[in-house]
Amino acid sequence: MREIDVSKIKDAVTELSLKANFELRKDILKALKAGVKKETNVRARNILKSVIENAKLAKARRIAICQDTGMAVVHLEIGQEVALCGGSLKDAVNAGVEEAYRKGCLRKSVVGHPLLRNNTGTNTPAMTFIDIVEGDRLKITVSPKGFGSENKSMIKMFRPTDSVEEIKRFVIEVALKAGPDACPPFVLGVGIGGTFEQCAYLAKKALMRPIDERSPDKHIARLERELLKELNSLGIGPMGLGGKTTALGVNIIEAPTHIAALPVAVNVSCHATRSAEKTL
Amino acid sequence: MEMNIRTPITKEIIKKLKAGDEVLLSGVIFTARDAAHKKFHDLLQRGKHVPLNLKDAVIYYAGPTPPAPGKAIGSCGPTTSSRMDAFTPELLKLGLGGMIGKGDRSGAVIKAMKKYCAVYFLAPGGLGALLSTKVKSAKAILFKELGPEAVYKLEVKDFPLIVGIDSKGHNVYDTVKRKKE
Repeated sequence: MREIDVSKIKDAVTELSLKANFELRKDILKALKAGVKKETNVRARNILKSVIENAKLAKARRIAICQDTGMAVVHLEIGQEVALCGGSLKDAVNAGVEEAYRKGCLRKSVVGHPLLRNNTGTNTPAMTFIDIVEGDRLKITVSPKGFGSENKSMIKMFRPTDSVEEIKRFVIEVALKAGPDACPPFVLGVGIGGTFEQCAYLAKKALMRPIDERSPDKHIARLERELLKELNSLGIGPMGLGGKTTALGVNIIEAPTHIAALPVAVNVSCHATRSAEKTL
Repeated sequence: MEMNIRTPITKEIIKKLKAGDEVLLSGVIFTARDAAHKKFHDLLQRGKHVPLNLKDAVIYYAGPTPPAPGKAIGSCGPTTSSRMDAFTPELLKLGLGGMIGKGDRSGAVIKAMKKYCAVYFLAPGGLGALLSTKVKSAKAILFKELGPEAVYKLEVKDFPLIVGIDSKGHNVYDTVKRKKE
């Protein structure tokens, strides 16, 4: 067994929370630059240029890219040969988030009870997801998720006999409904298959994959390419004010499912799709 | 062509603005988002006054990040306006002149904007770092217990906006939709 002290996890969560909020992902930046070249609409091009300028400013001045510094979604892939020591894992993750949001002047956007709505003042609890994998490594991904786009996400339980075309129509409809509210150009994370809750989780997880990397499954990769093309012909454009850049990327993760089911979840994310990862 | 305007935003200014115009706004604006709007609404329901002079005022749907030491404000972009739709007509009735946010508004809001002569501006979403450079000072003045959802008085200089919906009810998103068709 390889021992990892949870204080190391806490430090990594702090570091990654800060990095994700200050430094826009390289793959996103690359897609934005490609968008500037592609846009013929002056306003659309100028908005995309401002998005790139905003990212540069955020990185240089260590100020949040977006004021919605989100709920901290923390994914842990823990090797089964890792023994965690030094205290509670979840406490360590929350302590890491709390420190980053305090020190980095990030917004505390978490309420402790969904109906009573009292702000916890620390941006905790984090949304912590744990996968046990083979090996003795521990991979941490912190993904601050803004809710302007989260609010537009949807899940639909299709019939197993429904066609791929119907799934595509649903994804397009989600993007149309998200419109200008969810800060286009979007990144869409899509889960297909699994159970109700796994499908939604896969959609979230899909957002963390670089958008210039296609699915290893050729059917899924084709669907990703087709959806991106169709989304960019909708004309929503940056800020919803028209243009060719409605989506920067579409990432899909599929999973085995039930004979009676075909769940599809779409997690909408904005042009400030953020995540940072590290392996201990 | 960008138009420079200053708060208070009088009816005379509002009438000149047309959907799609680019505007640089300077002066005082007030942040208010979900929780503050709910509080305004509850006060009005109980027959009390909103503790903010809304006549010719501009409300910005935003919850900024805290400022770093020595800075006026943190990241401060707009939040989704439609969540405030249900609470908006009653504030327009009190004289609210302008609103800043992102996304479309409801038919009821647009109707009230026409009735009371008000304007809705779009601020670029997700550009909070850039917009923070346009804010000269920020002070929480109401509902401080709400943290990021408190009402902040902001002094802005050349805040870059687009007229989303004008006082005649013309909507920039309708123009985009028509173009697509």
